[in-house]
Amino acid sequence: MANRFWNEYQKAIADDHFFYERSCIRQTFFPGSETAFLRMLREELNKDIFDDFRQHTCTGIGYHTDVVPLETTMTVVARLFSLMTEHGYENYVPSCVTSFGVFTEMVHMWQEHPELLEKTRENLYKACKREFNIPKNIAHPSDVIYHFRNELAAKMKYRLVNRFTGKPLKVVEHIGCHYAKIFPDKGVGKAEFPYVLAGMIEAWGGEVVDYPERRHCCGFGFRQYLVQENRGYSVSNTKKKLESMEPYEPDFIVSNCPGCSMFLDRWQYTIAELEHKTYDREGYGIPVLTYEEMAGLLLGYDPWELGLQIHQVQAERLLDKIGIPYNPKDKYKSADGKILRAPEKPENLLV
Amino acid sequence: MKKVSIIGAGPAGIEAASVLAKQGVQVMLFEKSETPLKNIQDKAFLFPNFQAAQEIADDLSGKLLADGITSAFGVDITDLKWQGTEWKLIDSKGQTYVSDAVLIATGYQVFDAHRKEELGYGIYKGVITSLDMEQMIKHGKIVNANGDQPKRVTFLQCVGSRDEKSGNNYCSKLCCVTAVKQAIEVVKQVPGCEASVFYMDLRMWGQGFEEMYRMAQEKYGVSFVRGRISEAAATFDGRVQLKSEDTLMGLPLKMTTDLLVLMVGMEASCGTKALGKVCDISGEYGFLRTVTPHLYDNETGRPGLFAAGTCKRPMTIWDSVNDARSAALAIKDYLDTIRIEN
Repeated sequence: MANRFWNEYQKAIADDHFFYERSCIRQTFFPGSETAFLRMLREELNKDIFDDFRQHTCTGIGYHTDVVPLETTMTVVARLFSLMTEHGYENYVPSCVTSFGVFTEMVHMWQEHPELLEKTRENLYKACKREFNIPKNIAHPSDVIYHFRNELAAKMKYRLVNRFTGKPLKVVEHIGCHYAKIFPDKGVGKAEFPYVLAGMIEAWGGEVVDYPERRHCCGFGFRQYLVQENRGYSVSNTKKKLESMEPYEPDFIVSNCPGCSMFLDRWQYTIAELEHKTYDREGYGIPVLTYEEMAGLLLGYDPWELGLQIHQVQAERLLDKIGIPYNPKDKYKSADGKILRAPEKPENLLV
Repeated sequence: MKKVSIIGAGPAGIEAASVLAKQGVQVMLFEKSETPLKNIQDKAFLFPNFQAAQEIADDLSGKLLADGITSAFGVDITDLKWQGTEWKLIDSKGQTYVSDAVLIATGYQVFDAHRKEELGYGIYKGVITSLDMEQMIKHGKIVNANGDQPKRVTFLQCVGSRDEKSGNNYCSKLCCVTAVKQAIEVVKQVPGCEASVFYMDLRMWGQGFEEMYRMAQEKYGVSFVRGRISEAAATFDGRVQLKSEDTLMGLPLKMTTDLLVLMVGMEASCGTKALGKVCDISGEYGFLRTVTPHLYDNETGRPGLFAAGTCKRPMTIWDSVNDARSAALAIKDYLDTIRIEN
């Protein structure tokens, strides 16, 4: 994969002084990822990143499901930008891929239709007496980690290499639709062969799996899942992807979107229950990581602090392959040291 | 004796040189490659009569031996300047040449299929261009990515033509019939191989084209599917998975093929674009602009400067040759006029 032409498509990513915006759903799905990202930037890279406790939704899911009007989304986005402006930042880093898409789209609309920008400024001021600047740079956290992938590699304790065979781990990467499909030039590598995760995998010793359904929907697809009657489409899309990647025997999947990571992981349980089918040889499923979890593991962060126990497909076998130590007794330990009750084990997907 | 410089030794340039030389004009023919007729040499057989391309190339090359033609290969003319009564030509090394009139016949280049990333050219071995297929046919070696005879070959029309995304809204005119010709050749050379052509609409405009299209279906079993291929990807066993929509059936379609052949369109060559700019005769998409396509299609509107062949738009070889003859007559008229004036 290295040196293929699509890694020539690069985008501008700021070097320092970031305003971070958290995701509505990621803290539930992947509770350690955002904290790990902040830690990496502050402790590993010595960068300035601000995390404002007053932040709120970007309306992304409501916007894309037509329950929040455009004017409202613009005003909500403007309020988030006003927090950034108030603290003197110009580089906006939204944790969620859908937020990244929403911000990029709103800024684009404001650029194309200045009257909408004026109206938004007016609405925001009327609503909460706030003013805002448009960020100079909007980058997704996966862009930021990609940008510093070599600096992080120098600090990593582990590499994406199977310690038993010495071979690179085979990694399936999946990019969220809202990362580069709305505005291809806003994604590293553009939309057809995005390089943002592939670049990390290659820099950290792994091998990217290029499988036929690489660009296919993860299964979330908003209306496929959010409309309950459509959830069969959601599972079948994920199944199509898993079937396509199965012959390549990937060691794990990594994604930069909350929905993709969630559905590629959780639907493995559903498919195992429905069809007694798993997509690895032994019946444990294919682990799904966020890019922050992947980076954090290689930097030596504790797997349970990263929140890997919250995933459906459990990661111990992957940790063993890389050689990352973990204490099984700490897996369900709470932050205050209590041992929590372990979850029930599924019948068909081994854990 | 009046002198004419011709830039480009393709079918148009050579034919015009030949006609002018027969009229007693002294011709200097410049070609930036080391050999003439490269675009024809790349082909195997030509539609609609399946004549070997080499025969045409040999015929045209023979015309270069005529008295009155001086050929200069490996000379890249990069600038042209009108001096009031004559043209000064300047090559990439700074050398200058002078002539009474200039014919630009710098031709076309094929669309670079790498630009359509979703189709996987340069990424997957099983994805090739019509030019690659032409070479396979020419050498009698049609093979898939593993070096084996293919069981299924799929052609995709309009790659880099009629395509807003790649910036080429025009039709390249020749790809439809070329795909029909190549599909027939594939079935001839690899008996039992399935050949399919994905198209937007088939434009069988030339004499014998419609008959070829019918023969491809009836005699060679070539199937034609109306639909664009939206994406290609390699399968685990090195084949190519395609996604499309059959727009006649109104159904999405997924299939696997051994070879995907991208029918790449024609674009103005780099030389055409460059000379168009320096002479201020750039037309749409970098092709050269003429006074009017109806009556003055070789005249550029500048004194003594003419254009012929695929530097103006996509054309067949016979169109280019006829256009070159017409250009030669227009140049001769021009030379006679300035003789009288002088």
